[in-house]
Amino acid sequence: MARAADGNYLLSCGSDKSLKLWSVSRGTLLKTYSGHGYEVLDADGSYDNGQICSCSSDKTVILWDVATGQVARKLRGHAGKVNCVQFNEEGTVILSGSIDGTVRCWDTRSRRFEAIQVLDEATDGVSSLKVAQHELLTGSVDGRVRRYDLRMGQLHVDFISSPITCVCFSQDGQCTLSSSLDSAVRLLDKSTGEMLGEYTGHKMKGYKLDCCLSSKDTHVLSCSEDGHVYCWDLVEGSLTLKLPVGKAVVQSLSFHPTETCLLTAMEGRVQVWGAEPEETDEVVLAT
Amino acid sequence: MASDSDGDEDFVSYGTPLEPLEEDEPRKKPVPLHEQTVKDEKGRFQRFHGAFTGGFSAGYYNTVGSKEGWAPATFVSSRQQKAEKQLARPEDFMDDEDLGEHGIAPAQITTSQEFSSSRRDEAREKARAVNAQAALIPGDTLLEELIAPARSSIGVELLRKMGWKEGQGVGPRVKRKARRQQTGVGARVYSSTMPPAGSEDSEDDDDDDDFAPEDVTFAPKDVTPVDFSPRSGVRGLGYRGLDPGMALLGRAAPEHIDLFKPQSETRSRLFGAAQRGSRRGGGVAGQAFGVGALEDEDEDVYHKDSMSRYDTELGGEEPGDGLYGWTAPQQYTKRRDKSKDASYLGKILEGFTLTQRAGEEKTIFPPPTLPRDYRPVHRFHLTSVSVSRLSGVSPALAEALRTSRGHMVKEEPQQGGRHQLDSGQRRALLGEDVLQGPSSVMELLKPEDRDRLLNLRNSSNATDSRHATSSALSGAASSSGLHQQQQEALASWRGVQSSTQSFKPFEKNPSKQARYELYLDRLRQGDRDAVEQSLDSGMTEWERSREREEFVRASILYRPSSSSLTARFTSAKHDEDDGDTVEVSRDQEGDVDDKQAAVKMKMFGKLTRETFEWHPDKLLCKRFNVPDPFPGSGLVGMPKVKRDKFSVFNFLTVTESRETTAPPKPPETGKRSRWDISDQKKKIKEEEEGDASLPACSSSEQQTADGTKSVDQKSSDKKSNGDEEEEEDEEESRPPMDLFKAIFASSSDEKSSSSEGESEEEEKTKEDEGKVEPQALNLFNISSSVTSSSTSVTVSTCANQQTVKAPVSSRTSSQEEFGPKLPPPSAALGSTSRPPPSEERPDNKRSREKKHKNKKQHKHKKDKKKKKHKKHKHKAKQQKKSKTEASDSSEDEEDGHVSTEELLKRLKSVQSRETW
Repeated sequence: MARAADGNYLLSCGSDKSLKLWSVSRGTLLKTYSGHGYEVLDADGSYDNGQICSCSSDKTVILWDVATGQVARKLRGHAGKVNCVQFNEEGTVILSGSIDGTVRCWDTRSRRFEAIQVLDEATDGVSSLKVAQHELLTGSVDGRVRRYDLRMGQLHVDFISSPITCVCFSQDGQCTLSSSLDSAVRLLDKSTGEMLGEYTGHKMKGYKLDCCLSSKDTHVLSCSEDGHVYCWDLVEGSLTLKLPVGKAVVQSLSFHPTETCLLTAMEGRVQVWGAEPEETDEVVLAT
Repeated sequence: MASDSDGDEDFVSYGTPLEPLEEDEPRKKPVPLHEQTVKDEKGRFQRFHGAFTGGFSAGYYNTVGSKEGWAPATFVSSRQQKAEKQLARPEDFMDDEDLGEHGIAPAQITTSQEFSSSRRDEAREKARAVNAQAALIPGDTLLEELIAPARSSIGVELLRKMGWKEGQGVGPRVKRKARRQQTGVGARVYSSTMPPAGSEDSEDDDDDDDFAPEDVTFAPKDVTPVDFSPRSGVRGLGYRGLDPGMALLGRAAPEHIDLFKPQSETRSRLFGAAQRGSRRGGGVAGQAFGVGALEDEDEDVYHKDSMSRYDTELGGEEPGDGLYGWTAPQQYTKRRDKSKDASYLGKILEGFTLTQRAGEEKTIFPPPTLPRDYRPVHRFHLTSVSVSRLSGVSPALAEALRTSRGHMVKEEPQQGGRHQLDSGQRRALLGEDVLQGPSSVMELLKPEDRDRLLNLRNSSNATDSRHATSSALSGAASSSGLHQQQQEALASWRGVQSSTQSFKPFEKNPSKQARYELYLDRLRQGDRDAVEQSLDSGMTEWERSREREEFVRASILYRPSSSSLTARFTSAKHDEDDGDTVEVSRDQEGDVDDKQAAVKMKMFGKLTRETFEWHPDKLLCKRFNVPDPFPGSGLVGMPKVKRDKFSVFNFLTVTESRETTAPPKPPETGKRSRWDISDQKKKIKEEEEGDASLPACSSSEQQTADGTKSVDQKSSDKKSNGDEEEEEDEEESRPPMDLFKAIFASSSDEKSSSSEGESEEEEKTKEDEGKVEPQALNLFNISSSVTSSSTSVTVSTCANQQTVKAPVSSRTSSQEEFGPKLPPPSAALGSTSRPPPSEERPDNKRSREKKHKNKKQHKHKKDKKKKKHKKHKHKAKQQKKSKTEASDSSEDEEDGHVSTEELLKRLKSVQSRETW
């Protein structure tokens, strides 16, 4: 798993029960955070790079202090594997989605160990979640994308029918991107739920693979089980790039928040792809 | 004291006399010294130490003289710190009051002199005065004041640098005349009454000036800042209290007193505007105030105050001197539409101006004129309603239907509540039997009397008369009950859309159900003898009469949603489950198909989007920096709606699931043959014994259990049985009619009907052994199915036994359920696919014959019969025994073995019974 905490650093987590922080530019390992009991499934960094949260199949969510590498808080409460974790924009709340079908909102400010709120609307495991401002987007295996609007106090449910593997907000916050196990990535209008585009061609049948939008909302990218990263033009829906990453499944990818720089993860390797010099891929061995 | 002074005039009294003492009043105790306390503004207790020894505050926190006293600090050697010892400042000896606003050394954040305006700083002056007193040379500050440094504030400095000179106004230079407003305004003399509003613009005055050099610019005229003094008191806006000097002396009041003109006057005076108006009499000169001694105007002491001296209107002249300067609203410097201002009668408050645009005129629409014959009360026309209800039936037919009811017409049988139902309808609803005897008083009368009565009535309502007579005569006492019911059914069914789905009471018997539906169709069309026509002509008279009765009763019972009732109630689904649970369930189950279809068609959007109310936690909102969308609601998450745990619908689903998963539930009586029991679990047996009175539905459940069981064991079955079971299975997919009956229909209804059936059957069988009633089978279709099922079961369980046994056991079970002598349906019933009763009869007979052949079996049957008549306790015991036997002997051979033992036992009892 790979994730760009921001443009400069990179978090990788995997089955070695640890979390690694890398510098993207130098390709060096900065720190290892260990403390999880099982494989680490997802991680996220706070906006100020001061804290890291990670989740694991040991049903816990851990809040790390970046500098010291200490466990700041260990949050228990999920009944199953925790699939995804995310800070809110201010780093005050950690949201974690689990296979038990709940999303739990943890307070990082107080010493309370219970979640602030448990969102148990999903009828199956929550596979992915994203936060943008006052909105929380979750994708669930029950084939629904739920958007919780805190400001309006509303829950919007979009039925996709096939299990959702990954959800994203577009950078402009008007659209949601969701990839599902029917090998399709769909771009939905956030307010109405209408489909704006559908991107197919890749293979996503059994794995929980990521998708994302480019930093300028111009392209849609998705992992594929055939070892490629597919890149579609957002408006036309045509396949613009089929990036061969390797032979195995591309498990995760993440786009640089500002530059055209892509991060992929496959089989214990995290690769960084730049745009202008054809492929400045910088291979980092992890896990 | 007072009396003293009265009595002795010689005394001279000084001072204030003491209050006279009341006799009863207890002497006021002087406040003791220690209670005479003083507290400061914060409520702290203050001790007075003496005027010269500290006043109210002395010592550390005023501790001097208190009980704690002034404790000297413990001695600390200060040898080491001598070097850094500081001199005590005067502030060290001041407390917060001294440093407070009114203290001797106010310590507050203030604007430094450099930035302060030229306004006097009172606090500073005060401080300076204090300092001056304390200074070595008293009067030192005087000198300081005399030789003040030329210091000006930053603002002034800046202005100077920008070219400003003292005495000029601030702003861009004006390319106009010199400042001449003084003269211009000075020339004006106002009349003391209303001056024309807004006429005093200085520009206005200057307009007529002649010469202005083109290239000479002038600084704008200086303005004084408007002193917006904060309002105090509780008076209204714009009010100014009477100035006593103005009011009495009249000096300061050149005009009449205008309470509502606070400042324009003074300001214009300030700027040297001419003294307005001649000096008039003292402000409030007149009757009320009199004339002062120093006043020389006494000529009009008694003159009547003329109204012209008062403002008759609110409002007055505008402060039109243009002195608002840059702080003034733009309107003041602009020329105004005077006519508009003049048209506004009333004082315009200071700081406000009249709007330039007129407010929008409200268009007023006149209310519609009522027609002359309009009456404000609405009457509902019953007749029109009834007509609408009868739509679909021709009026003549409706008339005929009404009149043929056996007695005089009730206007609308369906219309009202239960009080409007007549006894017949209520009886029908309750399922009670018809009382024998005349249904109407009319029938008791002699024909001629009746005619007379009817004629009398005819005179009042002519419409119904002819039919009434005929109907009154028509009803024979014996048949009138059924007939009436028929009519009732007709009344309730006619005109009903055939699409309304109804219960299928005779579902188990397709041909009968078909006949019933035919009957209903006819009813809907308003056919009067619907029953006769829909009955099977092939049946015997007795059968037909039975069926007729059943149909009529069923049609009344299941009349279209008991129309009068449904009108009043909305269906429970909408009522109970509104809110969230419905939505959630819809989200989960209901619309999934639709959504799936929509997804298939790629029609994302409205079809796939659902929006719910969702309450975020308050803390979550706080953490997200978002206002709580539902402030005050303690709810978190999706709003939930309570659901009744034991609602009928839950029950339904439970039973269904039970049926499918088939934990067999034993029948009420527990008198099933032990063949059936053999496979059952112990626990269930106990349960069965526990509740003796289970609804009839349980029998059907049991039957299904048997069905499934038999399916399990089917491999050893005959083909015929297999067919039978399959058929059964598809029947069981829907919960049987009786389940609904058990739930919805009143228990008394069912009980009565069944008991009735039983008794009748008993009678029948007594008088005619060979004759079999298919009615029973029809009426209690469960019984038929039960028998068939048990047949199959028995066959399956004891596959090694003779097939002959099957009918026996089946018969026994049926007998147990319904009446002692109900003839058993044949074993062939299982093989054929549910024949109609008429065909069934020979089968039954055949089975009888078969039974007679096998005497043993017959006895067995009789034994069962007898057993039924036994006490329940005994039965239970017996059965328990048999069960225990059966449970450990699930093998077929063993089963057979036990049965033979049992048979022997029963044989004995049968013999004893035969003697009886």
